[in-house]
Amino acid sequence: MDSGDTAWILISSVLVLMMTLPALGFFYAGLVQAKNVLSVLIQCVAIACLVSVLWFACGYSLGRATIHAGTHLPESVFVMFQMTFAIITPALIIGAYVERIRYSAVLLISGLWLLVVYVPVTHWIWGGGWLAAKGTMDYAGGLVVHLTAGISALVIAWRLGPREGFPRINPPHAPWMVMVGAAMLWVGWFGFNAGSALRAGGDAGMTMLTTHLSAATATLVWMAIEWIGFGKPSLVGAVTGTVAGLATVTPASGFVGPVGGVVLGIAGSVVCYGAVHVVKRGLRTDDALDVLGVHGVGGTLGILLLPFLVSLGIGGVPLARPIWDQFLVQLESVGVVGLWSVVATLMIVLLTARLVGLRVSKEDEIQGLDFSSHGETGYNVNI
Amino acid sequence: MKFIIAIIQPHRLDAVREALLAIDINGLTVTEVRGYGRQKGHKEIYRGAEYTISFVPKLKIEIAVPSNRADEVVSAIRNAARSGKVGDGKIFVFDLLQTLRVRTGETDGDAL
Repeated sequence: MDSGDTAWILISSVLVLMMTLPALGFFYAGLVQAKNVLSVLIQCVAIACLVSVLWFACGYSLGRATIHAGTHLPESVFVMFQMTFAIITPALIIGAYVERIRYSAVLLISGLWLLVVYVPVTHWIWGGGWLAAKGTMDYAGGLVVHLTAGISALVIAWRLGPREGFPRINPPHAPWMVMVGAAMLWVGWFGFNAGSALRAGGDAGMTMLTTHLSAATATLVWMAIEWIGFGKPSLVGAVTGTVAGLATVTPASGFVGPVGGVVLGIAGSVVCYGAVHVVKRGLRTDDALDVLGVHGVGGTLGILLLPFLVSLGIGGVPLARPIWDQFLVQLESVGVVGLWSVVATLMIVLLTARLVGLRVSKEDEIQGLDFSSHGETGYNVNI
Repeated sequence: MKFIIAIIQPHRLDAVREALLAIDINGLTVTEVRGYGRQKGHKEIYRGAEYTISFVPKLKIEIAVPSNRADEVVSAIRNAARSGKVGDGKIFVFDLLQTLRVRTGETDGDAL
């Protein structure tokens, strides 16, 4: 046991839990219409609690238990740290189904998804499973977190159908809240990526620096794209760039060094900006808050680019095999994890549709989920 | 007595209030409203996606004045509210039947 390592992972656990409660909640709640603000927040809270209990009951033992032996951490700390990752992953999917899903379907889908998608994939890659044996590199969750969530989000959005009136939907009700959420995600992400070093030291420091530079670069790039394209740089766009840069650097953050972080920040913003439009216009699927376009595509991009950016000369760590061989391993992992996410999520959604139904009624959707599903309203001003 | 309703650009409120103070009109009511006229809304862009905002934020000012001062008040509001661009708003003037000050019970001209 090392008290310094233990202290850093305790802090990282706090940071990563903060990414879901309340950072992701703010980020998503600001993007929806005012009549659905509370529904998004309660979905975040409920998923965090449900996943915690499931992780304690069986998720940790099934997914991650085998690799604890390689760390210098008390197992309680390791369980807690990994739990916070398990919490945020199904919570990311909220962005796809907001403003129309039945609340009981959220709980059922999230619980099943944790056990059927997250737990096996985390075991394959981080728990000493078959993708780990093949040499798949995923430092903090490009595949395990962002690809699984992004792909599954698209499947759920597709089966659920678009929101009433799509694609003519009201704009985000509170852009300032989106910024607060993104800023807290940014800070929390230091625990997510630099905590994944599982030690306090130079690895964690370099990972944090790399992560931060990617986020900063991606924010500037997204701002520039909008400034050139529309004449004005927007706040919502800028902080979307932040999250795209963070998702893109996640799988590579401990391997590529700060220059790699800058490169991934540029690539992440450009590619995710394009992906958001492909999903919205090309696929005509109402992935309402762009979970696939920002998280799925960003995480996958980082996974695929990392073999080319790993370099000792710029502060990274060495590859175990030639660059193109590593790229093929990464590509195969993307294919396998993507396919598993599609098939398993589709089964979960079909089962949920049968058991509790997926959508609220049209009347309830138009009234807003805050009142129709939860009996509350977000903004009660004087009268 | 006349009752004047003016729909103006939100950023002209201070100018209108000062113009009315300058001609000694004390007391007005302001409400935040949304609507559209010939301007027909505007576009906003979030994450590169264009949203049409049909109902644009405006302010509604309501003032009750003696009949002989109505024209003067209307032109004061107009001069202060005008920026020259589409979306500057409209002014409506109504006949006012009765006014009563709640505290004292004074009516009509005394209550203005």
